Amino acid sequence: MAPPLDNCLTRNEWICGRYYSTRASELTDALQQHVEIVLISVLLGLVIAAPLALLARRYRKLEGLIVGTTTAIYTIPSLALFSLLVPWTGLGRRTVVIGLALYSLTILVRNMIEGLRAVPADVREAALGMGYGRGRLLWRVELPLALPTIMAGLRVATVSTVALTTVGAILDYGGLGQLIVDGTTTTFHAQVLAATVLVVALAVVLDLLLVGVQRVLTPWTRRRTTSAEAVVPG
Amino acid sequence: MNGVWDWFRDGDHWRGDTGVPHLLYQHSLLTVVSVLVAVAVGLPLALWLGHRGRGGVLAVNLTNVGRAVPIVALLSLLALGPLGTDPFGPFGRSGEATLVTLALFALPPIVTNTYTGMVEVDRDVVEAARGMGMSEATLLRRVELPLAAPLIIAGLRLAVVQVWATATIAALVAGPGLGRIITHGYAANQTAEVVAGSLIVAAVALALELIFVAIQRWASPLSVGGR
Repeated sequence: MAPPLDNCLTRNEWICGRYYSTRASELTDALQQHVEIVLISVLLGLVIAAPLALLARRYRKLEGLIVGTTTAIYTIPSLALFSLLVPWTGLGRRTVVIGLALYSLTILVRNMIEGLRAVPADVREAALGMGYGRGRLLWRVELPLALPTIMAGLRVATVSTVALTTVGAILDYGGLGQLIVDGTTTTFHAQVLAATVLVVALAVVLDLLLVGVQRVLTPWTRRRTTSAEAVVPG
Repeated sequence: MNGVWDWFRDGDHWRGDTGVPHLLYQHSLLTVVSVLVAVAVGLPLALWLGHRGRGGVLAVNLTNVGRAVPIVALLSLLALGPLGTDPFGPFGRSGEATLVTLALFALPPIVTNTYTGMVEVDRDVVEAARGMGMSEATLLRRVELPLAAPLIIAGLRLAVVQVWATATIAALVAGPGLGRIITHGYAANQTAEVVAGSLIVAAVALALELIFVAIQRWASPLSVGGR
């Protein structure tokens, strides 16, 4: 009879080289799924948030309704929100992505409204005086000036979405969260720790990427020491 | 939707260790105790830092770290690691790990808001109080604390609502609480049960939010109609 295997996997160690080498594809697959969910959700959030923010700005009466509704969604615990969506969106990827996009709305809409509001009135008047139409005013003057605040919101939304995606594991679509939940059920230490480290690393990397994007897009803010603060519900 | 109604009417779902009343009690107890622990640790710390006007970096970073670390991951690590999954008093399975996780997630809003509230107290008011001969302790208690109260309560509201939500997620890995109705529903492929559990959790979350709105109004009579 062969002697019982004795390695870091059978000893269930937290850090285990054998785990990384034998299950690397599991980790990269989960990471890839995680990145996909985050990107699609945040992009969807942006696409929905932009018209809502413009509507709220155009029609003052709608602002309270839009901000209030997106904040109320934010209050609903994620596990419950995903579950309440199931009867409409089914089990799986769509529900997770829509749920996460709904969460990102709160932060994105608020920051878009705040950013646009902070554009100085005389700048706007000057542009109108120079003959800018509404579209060009928004695209060429207001949006660039609002960008630091919008990007601050986008960073917060992205980092939160990376963490929240793990809850998608309830629908078997949680990226790295799947490995964490399964690893907890089977008390697989190396898997839980590796997936956790990857989630946090992903959040940090995406946040740094967005900081880089912001620097490229708004070169005039580089010299300033303070960056815009995100407007977070509360 | 009929299935959901039937689920609520089924007497079995209102009895015993997995019944709604017991899980609701467990969930509420977890929320209250972990927020109290976070307040006991975070409030004095933030009051002191804010009074001295130091530690802003800590207050901001605490929030950022809290946002990046998934609840599921922290609870898993604590439950598999030092704290274990054994039931802990009335808190149910993985009680210790769940309590610690929830308290940690309640810390950032409490510390950040308290600190911000203290730092934003008008310096002139503070100097005037000092000039009147108030001791530092009296200054903190009679001047700074009341002026910072609205922001502190706003932080408490965030903490409570967040912990309530987080406690739901706890069931996903190992934890107790109302989330178990939802995870059980998924495991048994019962959509009605999943929806019923979610409705209870969401309804209480919204109710908590509304209660705190009322408390905030009451605590800051000056700001009524101000914003």
